[in-house]
Amino acid sequence: MSQSISIRSLVSIVLLSALTTPLLALQTQAPTQAPAPAATPAKQNTKVSSHKSGYGSDGERIFAQQCSRCHTAPDGFSPHISGTIVLHMRVRASLSQHDEQELLHFLNP
Amino acid sequence: MSSPVSSLSASTRRATIIVLAVAALLLTLHASAQDTPLLSGGVGFFTDTKAGKTSYEPTIQPLLAAPIGSHLLIEGRATLVETFAPNGGDIPGYNHTHFIGNTYLQADYIASPYLTIVGGSFLTPFGTYNERLTPIWINNLQDGPLIGGIGLMSSASGLGGEVRGSAISRNKYSIDYTAYFSAQSGNVQFNSERSTGGRASLYLTDSRLEVGVSYGRLLQGTQENFYGTHVWWEPKDTAFRLRSEYAHGQHAQGYWVEADYRTEAFGGLDSWIGRIEPVFRMQQLFRINNLGSDNVASVNTERADFGLDYNLPHNTRIITSYARQFASTGNRNIWETGIVYRFLFPTWKGK
Repeated sequence: MSQSISIRSLVSIVLLSALTTPLLALQTQAPTQAPAPAATPAKQNTKVSSHKSGYGSDGERIFAQQCSRCHTAPDGFSPHISGTIVLHMRVRASLSQHDEQELLHFLNP
Repeated sequence: MSSPVSSLSASTRRATIIVLAVAALLLTLHASAQDTPLLSGGVGFFTDTKAGKTSYEPTIQPLLAAPIGSHLLIEGRATLVETFAPNGGDIPGYNHTHFIGNTYLQADYIASPYLTIVGGSFLTPFGTYNERLTPIWINNLQDGPLIGGIGLMSSASGLGGEVRGSAISRNKYSIDYTAYFSAQSGNVQFNSERSTGGRASLYLTDSRLEVGVSYGRLLQGTQENFYGTHVWWEPKDTAFRLRSEYAHGQHAQGYWVEADYRTEAFGGLDSWIGRIEPVFRMQQLFRINNLGSDNVASVNTERADFGLDYNLPHNTRIITSYARQFASTGNRNIWETGIVYRFLFPTWKGK
């Protein structure tokens, strides 16, 4: 019985370590990611969704029309996941291929 | 005496294998600069006071999205909730229960510009609430609508296949669609009913108006049809949103209408006033008969929700509301408060 518990504990520790290691690594690298160029446009996008007339690009217009229907823009995110976000939202929101490409260009000009 | 390995339950072994496989997949993937798998979701603490009794619900909703190449995406969401509720009767103190459940876990293959093929456990595409508004970091109010159970086939998720995509996309309008087939499953984490259905929506981009229809058919037990419509409107140049749905089943029908607004008049949406978001939802459920089990109230019910949310910086949101519910089983007041933090970051630093 005690062996069973110890194996469970071991599996739990290994899994916990596997899951937290990337997070810890990310935390360590956070200062170098923070000023990444694409993080700034992502923050600016919150203001795009403030419904001002006259969009600078198709991507900006698509963001205002499609994304903000359901949610506000996140305050900012790593440029490394902009493609994943857009792909995810293409499926979730049934965006067209054109919308996906324009959004990606908008998030990573 | 059983061996230590065999003493691990089958479900634990399966879960371990799945987690290790996913971890191995993530660690071996060579994602491009923008396609690093992401971990997102919400962490929230909610309170709920009904008929003078307060419950507390710390909640985590993690979401994983991992692209494999440019056409395949693996995504999933789960919910972890610990509920602290007062003991019933005259017993003082609190009892607590926990829930850990898979919400969806699916593979998406983008087959063409107009077609995405989905396989796995997916959210039932009936109406809009289930797919769009159930994340805790998106929803304006804690509780789902009264008609939430109509058309969602009990579990609100299907296990099988789905096709979806943008059928037509023009500058003036777009049409999207989704259709699914689900098998019956009694698995705790992938519970589903044998059913089929779909949804189609028309979105007029200039007027920011979306209208859509949904259909669902339960294919097990007493086979039933469900119909739904939805209308969403977000007038241009405002931060006003109107969302509504109507759903009809053989045993119940009803609607909900929700409006929320943020003003830009006092320094924009990021000013302290602009971050305030009043919300109102009106809803009615009409019980046709009690012959079936559709996970909605057993009697006619009406409810009005008055919410006041505050959008803090750094992806944090305070959600509060008061609701008055009217039903023949008793009228009651419902007070709810909560705070939600939304996280979004790569699973590791990409190239």
